Amino acid sequence: MQLKSLKKRENELANAKRQLEILSNGIFQNEELPKFSTKLKVQNQFPLKPKTLEILQINVGYMCNQVCAHCHVDAGPDRKEIMTRETMQQCLDVIKETGAHTLDLTGGAPEMNPDFRWFVEEATKVGVKDVIVRSNLTIITANKKYNDLPEFFKKHKVHVISSMPHWTEGKTDQQRGDGVFNASIKALKMLNAVGYGMPNSELKLDLVYNPSGAFLPGDQAALEADFKKALFTNFEIQFHNLFSITNLPISRFLDYLIASENYEEYMYNLVEAFNPAAVDNVMCTNTLSVSWDGWLYDCDFNQMLGLKVDSSVEHIRNFNKEILSKRTICISQHCYGCTAGAGSSCQGTVA
Amino acid sequence: MFYMVIFMDFGEYEEFRRIFTSFKEYYKNSLKYINMSNTYYEPSDLRKFGNITEWNEELGEKFFDYYGSVFEEGALTAREKSLIALAVSHVVKCPYCIDAYTQDGLKRGITKEEMMEAVHAGAAIESGATLVHSVQMMNKYKKLSM
Repeated sequence: MQLKSLKKRENELANAKRQLEILSNGIFQNEELPKFSTKLKVQNQFPLKPKTLEILQINVGYMCNQVCAHCHVDAGPDRKEIMTRETMQQCLDVIKETGAHTLDLTGGAPEMNPDFRWFVEEATKVGVKDVIVRSNLTIITANKKYNDLPEFFKKHKVHVISSMPHWTEGKTDQQRGDGVFNASIKALKMLNAVGYGMPNSELKLDLVYNPSGAFLPGDQAALEADFKKALFTNFEIQFHNLFSITNLPISRFLDYLIASENYEEYMYNLVEAFNPAAVDNVMCTNTLSVSWDGWLYDCDFNQMLGLKVDSSVEHIRNFNKEILSKRTICISQHCYGCTAGAGSSCQGTVA
Repeated sequence: MFYMVIFMDFGEYEEFRRIFTSFKEYYKNSLKYINMSNTYYEPSDLRKFGNITEWNEELGEKFFDYYGSVFEEGALTAREKSLIALAVSHVVKCPYCIDAYTQDGLKRGITKEEMMEAVHAGAAIESGATLVHSVQMMNKYKKLSM
C-alpha cells in the first residue's frame, strides 16, 4: 500500500481538472455510455436542484493518520490543509441562521484538527440536534492524547460514524492499511464500554461500509446483519446501523480503477445500476459541503473535484440561504456513484 | 518452418515466403473485416446477456423471470444461493458465470475462503461423479473375468 497521498507523489490525479477530464473522455466522449446529465434529461430529472438544507457537512482538514487505498479525499499524514477557528466560527454562525439540524464533521481524521473539541462544544451550544463525527476509529488508539475521545464524545452526545470495510482482518487491512483492523476493534470496544452502540443507547454508533475493490456494495440490510453477527460473535462488539456507501470514481479510487484496468467495467456497472428513485434523494439535495478553507460545494466529492457551488455565494463568510437555494447542483459522471442500485450517501442508501 | 526452409532452393524459398506473407496478410485482414477477436469468449458479452430476449422475447423473459425468482431470498438465503451458483459456474465451466458470481460474492461480503470451499464442493462432486462410474468398470471387469 502507498503510504503517501497522490498530492505528495505528484500524481496527475491529484489535479482535480485532470480527474474531470478522465470522467468526460473515453466511453463517455464516444457516447458508449450516456453522460450523467443526458441520463437525467431522459428521466426528466435535469437539472438537479437543492431542497431544504438539513445537513452541513464540514471537512475540517485533509490530515489523517491513515492512507486508505480508496480515499476520495486523498487524505494522509502528509496533508497539511486544516480548518482555522475563524472559519469554524463562520460555520457556527451559518448553523444558527439556517437551522440545519445536522452537523457532519469529516476529514481526514477530524479529531486531528487542533480546534476539533472546541468546535464540537460550540456546535452543541448553538443547538444542533445531531453532531456527527466521521471517525476512522484508529485515531482513538493512535496516540495517548486521543485515548479519551470516547469520553469526550459521550459528554457531548456526539454521533459517531466509523468506517469498516469488512468484518475480517485481511479485507480491512487491504483497504485501510496494516494493523487497522485490530486497532479499530480495540476502539470499538472502548466506545461500547462507555455505552456507544449498545441496544437502546442514545449514544449512536453507526458503521460505514465501503467495498474494498471494484465492485458495488450489496444489500445494506443483509450486510448489516452479517456485520452484527460477526462482530458480536468474534469480539462482542455492538453497533446501531450500517451504512453502505458506493466508492465514487475519483481521487485514489479512480487511480486504483485505472491502474487495475477496472475503470470501464466499473463505470458500466454504475451506469447500468442507475436508479431514478435514488436521484430524488441524493445527498446534494439536502446537504452543503464546506471545505477546510471555507468554500462551499454541493457535496464532499465535488469538493475534491474542485467543483464549487454554481452560485454568486461561494464562500461560507458570504452565506445566503435564499441565493444558494436557487442554485443548480454541479454534476459529472462521478455522480453515477450516488444513483446506482439503492443509491448511496453519507447516510447510506437513499432508495 | 525453418526445418522446411533448409531443404528448399532459393526459388522455392522465395515462393514459400510469398505465400506465407500473403497468408499472414489475409488472416490479419479477415480479422479486421469481421471485427472479432479470435476467441469464443468475450468478457463484455456478459453485459449483453439481456439481449437474448431480442430474438425471442417470450422465452427470454420467461427465463429471466425464472432466474430472478430462483435467486431471491427463500428457504435458502440469497447468500447461500450465490455460493451454490459460484460452485456450479465452475462445474459447468462458464467463464461469464464465474465473473458474475465472484463479483456477486464480493458484493455480499463473501470471503475468498468461502468461495474456494464452495468451488471445492463442486469439484468434489464432479470428481466423485467420475469415480463412482468406476463401480461400473469393476462390475464389468468382474463379469467378464473368469
